[in-house]
Amino acid sequence: MATTTVEAENLGKRFKDTTALDGFDVSVESGTVLGLLGPNGAGKTTTVRILTTLLRFDTGRAAVAGFDVARDARQVRRRIGLTGQQTAVDDLLSARQNLVLFGKLFRLNKADAIKRADQLLDQFGLADAADKQPKKFSGGMKRRLDLAASMILAPQVLFLDEPTTGLDPAGRREVWETVSGLAADGTTVVLTTHYLDEADRLCDRISVIDHGRNIAEDTPMGLKRRMGADRLEIVAADPVDLPALRSIVDAVAGGGAKVDETSGSVSAPVRNPVEALTAAANAVQDKKLDVADIGLRRPTLDEAFLELIGEPTEKEGDQ
Amino acid sequence: MTTAPTLTPEESIGSRIRWTLHDYRAIVGQEFVHMYRQPANFLWALGFPIVMVLLFVYVFGSAMDVTGQGAGVDYVAFAMPGMFAMTMAFGFMNTAFAVADAKEKGFVDRVRSMPMASSAVVVGRNIADTIHAAVDLLVLFIIAVLIGWSSEGTVLETVGAFALLLWLRFALIWVGVWIGLLVKNVEQAGNLFALAFPFGMVSSVFTPPELMPDWLGTIAVWNPVSATATAIRELFGNPLPIGDAWPEQHALLAAIVWPVVITAIFLPLGVRRFRNLGR
Repeated sequence: MATTTVEAENLGKRFKDTTALDGFDVSVESGTVLGLLGPNGAGKTTTVRILTTLLRFDTGRAAVAGFDVARDARQVRRRIGLTGQQTAVDDLLSARQNLVLFGKLFRLNKADAIKRADQLLDQFGLADAADKQPKKFSGGMKRRLDLAASMILAPQVLFLDEPTTGLDPAGRREVWETVSGLAADGTTVVLTTHYLDEADRLCDRISVIDHGRNIAEDTPMGLKRRMGADRLEIVAADPVDLPALRSIVDAVAGGGAKVDETSGSVSAPVRNPVEALTAAANAVQDKKLDVADIGLRRPTLDEAFLELIGEPTEKEGDQ
Repeated sequence: MTTAPTLTPEESIGSRIRWTLHDYRAIVGQEFVHMYRQPANFLWALGFPIVMVLLFVYVFGSAMDVTGQGAGVDYVAFAMPGMFAMTMAFGFMNTAFAVADAKEKGFVDRVRSMPMASSAVVVGRNIADTIHAAVDLLVLFIIAVLIGWSSEGTVLETVGAFALLLWLRFALIWVGVWIGLLVKNVEQAGNLFALAFPFGMVSSVFTPPELMPDWLGTIAVWNPVSATATAIRELFGNPLPIGDAWPEQHALLAAIVWPVVITAIFLPLGVRRFRNLGR
């Protein structure tokens, strides 16, 4: 049976003149990956800092790994790992020295700390770079070392605050693979991101947060489904054909066709996607129209997200 | 997959203290690797007092009459203890830098989310920096002897003088910790050097306060750095400033008490600041 590893109710946190969290609820089942998705300043980092005992909160209740975050901070700290927004490794120590240091600070004796450091270097693919300083690492490698440092005691919950921000595509891929691997081994993961593809790819559930409130929580698929059905889309090769294409789409979809002048496309939600696609393709061929693309499109998480939060938030500086 | 180790539980106060000391040692060890990996930084930090020694002894010193016996007479003997004291006075800015850097890079947050003694960041820092200061002093001592300075005091008095110097530094490190936790980033800490500079200089380090305008002289006389400088001059048997203000007449006492006062103010401030990082 699934148990809840992270549970927060009605969290509220005010900084001097801003409300960072305004009655935020979240719960994470053990062994799953939860993504906190939201624009800058939505309250993602504040949530992570509260759950990792770094920040006190004003209202509500939060428990991690069965311990109250406010009352039993010490017990919580024994059971979590945190990788913050900056890579918090010591640039002057070698990769191995870093892990040995953190091992010692997790109260291992020297021999155990060295043993664990070598295990982690292997597990995170850093064995070859063990004696190099992190300042010579690529972004992805540095992040992996950072993750390894959070995994010294194999925590019950791993918190990752924007784990791929600032990484190049190769680095992001490395980190994604590492996080997927940890999740597959049964680590509960809570991560924040403003990348929708990241949430889509890594998370079992996504909590969409905006202005310090949880505005939706669902699986990535569920969030997309909230946007409604698949859409049939035809991109015209020549904008002149748009009216003709529009009438085709209207006919097969039973109305509701929308023309997008900028992309030169026509689209409409359809109930029976394959049937609609076949009918539309036949009609295009019958009328000898030239099209650049014809196909079915799933709503993206971006669309779901923008739909949920309304207009994009401009606020800078995530607290 | 290999199984990860589990956390050692803390049953008793005894094991708690033992693990706290273990944490301190780990942090101090980290600092030693830093020193070892950055010998250049270490030398640069020493370069400043060395350049000051040379400047004051050979450039300005020849024009200074600190003993009332004519310009330049005994200036090395007067200035060297001041130089020791000044090195102690400025060094705390390195602490501020290191703490601000650890905070900015997220290292402090990581450590705060771990089950270790959170005091280790601050206390470990202080121990490491005090050891660092002792090495600084040793190097300066050798240079001083090379340019002709010597301690006229007994071995005990000489050792006592160095102990007083480290005592001042130990107290000022708490100021550095507090500043490091207070500032937003390393740049801000750097700007504060402008404040540390007069703190070191408006003192009896290079010139007797009696030669300054009255108001400035009064500040200099009461400066903790002056108290230490005057006290160690006494212990080294080097020429003393000629003033008769209370801190000058009781320099030894002042050099012991000032650091106590500084610690009593800035240690609690630093601890409070550290706790308030969670606000």
